[in-house]
Amino acid sequence: MSTQSKPASWTLRVRQAIDRHLPMDHLLPDRQPYYVGSWVYVFGVVTIAALVWVVVSGVVLSFFGPQWWHDSSVGRFFNSLHFWAVQLFFLFMVLHLWGQYFMAGWRHGRAATWMIGVVIFGTSILTAFTGYLSQQNFDGQFIALEAKDAMNSAGAGAFFNVLNFGQMYGLHVMLLPIGVTFLVVAHIVLVRVRGVVKPIDAEGGARS
Amino acid sequence: MDSPATYLHWGFIYISWPNLLVILGMIVLFAIAMIAPFPHSEGTDDVNAK
Repeated sequence: MSTQSKPASWTLRVRQAIDRHLPMDHLLPDRQPYYVGSWVYVFGVVTIAALVWVVVSGVVLSFFGPQWWHDSSVGRFFNSLHFWAVQLFFLFMVLHLWGQYFMAGWRHGRAATWMIGVVIFGTSILTAFTGYLSQQNFDGQFIALEAKDAMNSAGAGAFFNVLNFGQMYGLHVMLLPIGVTFLVVAHIVLVRVRGVVKPIDAEGGARS
Repeated sequence: MDSPATYLHWGFIYISWPNLLVILGMIVLFAIAMIAPFPHSEGTDDVNAK
């Protein structure tokens, strides 16, 4: 048992915990291990860059509304920007997933980082689905009519009414993006806390 | 984008050409990322390695 008493101030305890687990040279490192010098490590950063574009274009779309994004040329441009940024987000997220899977990125205490990544993937899919329901066009209506049967057969129809535009739009522009952003921040912080996992070969063949 | 995509039907495989091309493109990109040389700078050493 430690002879040192815990500080009474919770802010001091939190600050000391942050200093202990995430010093500034880990949070914002200017040097990286030699094995990080590979394009495979760039996929995660590109995913974050795409997410920034998704959020920025989404904020603009939510500010001006459906009529603007369907009827004006600038609106259609931002609509396309949002759509294609989402395509790049998913494309590079899956490439990042492949990279981490083949290098077993969950090793040496990084299970939480991996699992948060899994939850980000699932939450992103939900966000994309509600986005298709928020288009306010015939495509969105068709998807909603088809999706309602899937939701009802899964027993989720009582909680998620995909024919309810207000509910789907609210989930798409508020709860789910906040969830994805929060999880991405937690994911990055955990990467900074633990550092980048060593390649399997660098451990002399150890596969623990 | 208003017209339906054409599909590849090969045995039990049934996939639209756009989806197939995206998947193939991702595989090619992944392979290039593994073999393409990465420009090394001064900022690569063992700091933060655990």
